[in-house]
Amino acid sequence: MRPPINFNTRRMRFDQMRRRSTNTLIAALSILATILVIAPLLAILGYLIYKGASSLNFAFFTQIPKPVGEDGGGMANSIVGSGVVLALASLMGIPVGIAAGVYLAEFGRGKFFATAVRFTADVLNGVPSIVMGIAIYSLIVMQQKHFSAFAGGVALAIMMVPTITRTTEEMLATVPHAIREAALGLGVPKWRTAISVSLRTASPGIITGCMLAFARVAGETAPLLFTAFGNQFWSLKLNEPIAALPLQIYVYATGPYDEWHRLAWAGSLVLIVMIMVSVTLVRIFANRGALKGGS
Amino acid sequence: MTTDPDSKRPTPDPVTGPRPVPPATPGALAPAEVVVSENAPPSAIRVFLASRGSGKLADQSFAVIMLLCACSIFAIVIFIAAILTMRSKLSLAQFGLKFFMRSAWDPVNGDFGALSFIYGTLATSFLALLIAVPLALGVAVFLTELCPRALRAPISFLTEFLAAIPSVVYGLWAVFVLVPLMRDTLGPFLYKVLGWTGFFEGPNFGVGLLTASIILAIMILPIISSLTRDIMTAVPNAQREAVLALGATRWEMIRVGVLRNSRIGIVGAVMLGLGRALGETMAVTMVIGNHPDISKSLFAPGYTLASVIANEFSEATGDLYLSALIEIGLALFLVTIVVNTIARLLVWAVTRNAPARVA
Repeated sequence: MRPPINFNTRRMRFDQMRRRSTNTLIAALSILATILVIAPLLAILGYLIYKGASSLNFAFFTQIPKPVGEDGGGMANSIVGSGVVLALASLMGIPVGIAAGVYLAEFGRGKFFATAVRFTADVLNGVPSIVMGIAIYSLIVMQQKHFSAFAGGVALAIMMVPTITRTTEEMLATVPHAIREAALGLGVPKWRTAISVSLRTASPGIITGCMLAFARVAGETAPLLFTAFGNQFWSLKLNEPIAALPLQIYVYATGPYDEWHRLAWAGSLVLIVMIMVSVTLVRIFANRGALKGGS
Repeated sequence: MTTDPDSKRPTPDPVTGPRPVPPATPGALAPAEVVVSENAPPSAIRVFLASRGSGKLADQSFAVIMLLCACSIFAIVIFIAAILTMRSKLSLAQFGLKFFMRSAWDPVNGDFGALSFIYGTLATSFLALLIAVPLALGVAVFLTELCPRALRAPISFLTEFLAAIPSVVYGLWAVFVLVPLMRDTLGPFLYKVLGWTGFFEGPNFGVGLLTASIILAIMILPIISSLTRDIMTAVPNAQREAVLALGATRWEMIRVGVLRNSRIGIVGAVMLGLGRALGETMAVTMVIGNHPDISKSLFAPGYTLASVIANEFSEATGDLYLSALIEIGLALFLVTIVVNTIARLLVWAVTRNAPARVA
């Protein structure tokens, strides 16, 4: 019979110490990593609030940019312009995105085609926004020979579609099949089931997805550079260049004047608050809309 | 689970049960349309539904509309590829594939090559990954394995909030905080400590490849860490328990039980981060210095594929110039498609069988 293993040799003790200290070291490193990640976020947010709040005033929301060299002025036209472009994008992007999601969840379950669509949507999600910008430039702006709010809206709409499609599909997948079957069993047509039963049940989650997509494109600058282009004056015409908040921030941040930098900080704060509000709303919706049961 | 709902139509037994249909009518079990024509007192809802017709046309047109919208996703990808190829024909014909191997960029004489932009893009992206991946892994390990439950939600909310900050705001912060920091503190320090490697040489203006990489790292961190976290959560708890039961310390459990099982997915997450880094435009354009150079020093200004488009597209004069820029866009599109495809396949391979997470 072999003698029992002696766990109390020097080697064993050393080994155990090594393992324990590695464990502690890794734990410390991962905590350090988390702090290192959180730190820039807090730095960005803190600096933004500090700089932005001190530059915000009433004129920021009511006036349009002053000519170079003059102090004051605001970004009223950019805020409204962003609203116009985003509304346009939502109008085009949301219905298409939701419809594609409905197809994937209600009609395409298990089909190869649906898998391909799903995969393409995921890949499209990762295409750089500037590529969307030059594609829309090549398609619309080159044809029309001028920049336009419409082109900007199309560029953002294209970016919204894949995100909305995927979240819609995921949310519809959580709707229990029994509910659909109940509706179909009553003789409700399939299209009506999809709209009034499946979509209705999943609507909190789908709204979440739409708002996430909205928040994502709200801060996009690159696709607007060559489509909406920006505008120093009031313009609400869809056929003309229009101002947008991210574009104006970019112009002001890269400009040489202190007054411009001040406005850039204020604009960033407004943009972030807009996005933060929608993300928070998303959280509320998502928590309230958590489906019980599942499929 | 994936039963076609259509097949349920003729057998609505569970539904008909509670309805006030006379028990003597066996026809109640047949499809609704038939019942209405046969029985004397049809319920109100059946009359209503019967009056709506069979709805076959509506059903089919609805399905077709949904299908068309799904196809639009393919259409978008094909359209982008087609229009970019079409508009860059001039430069494709003039330079061919050599375009990507030449570093000349001379708009005045119409001489274009993308090598210096490719170098800038690769250098900043890989440097950003070098910084971001260990940190993201640390955060993911902390959040899934070590973090007290009460801290988990706020920290993951914060890291995800990083992803919601627009690129231009990162750029603004980088211009006014990171660039001075790099110029006055971090840069001289790096030069003193690592100057002998040759990576930190030459004049340091604060803008350059390194600054761009740092801001890129901050931007891709949340993507990598939240995906890695999802992948690590998908590892079954039995794995962890098994390794712990063998007497492993917590780190050994994480290494053997968690990280080894999720390595493919982590590679996928890193590649998704890479895809984002390759195409990131605004923040990089604002701090990279925008100068087409291939320099070993990370303090030197550079240029990336995306930032040259952002910077020069609207002032491009001449068809060849414009088409060269569009060709750069096409290259960027194709590269990110390839990187993202590989990444998605890897992530899918791992999380496919995991329980779906409600966002």
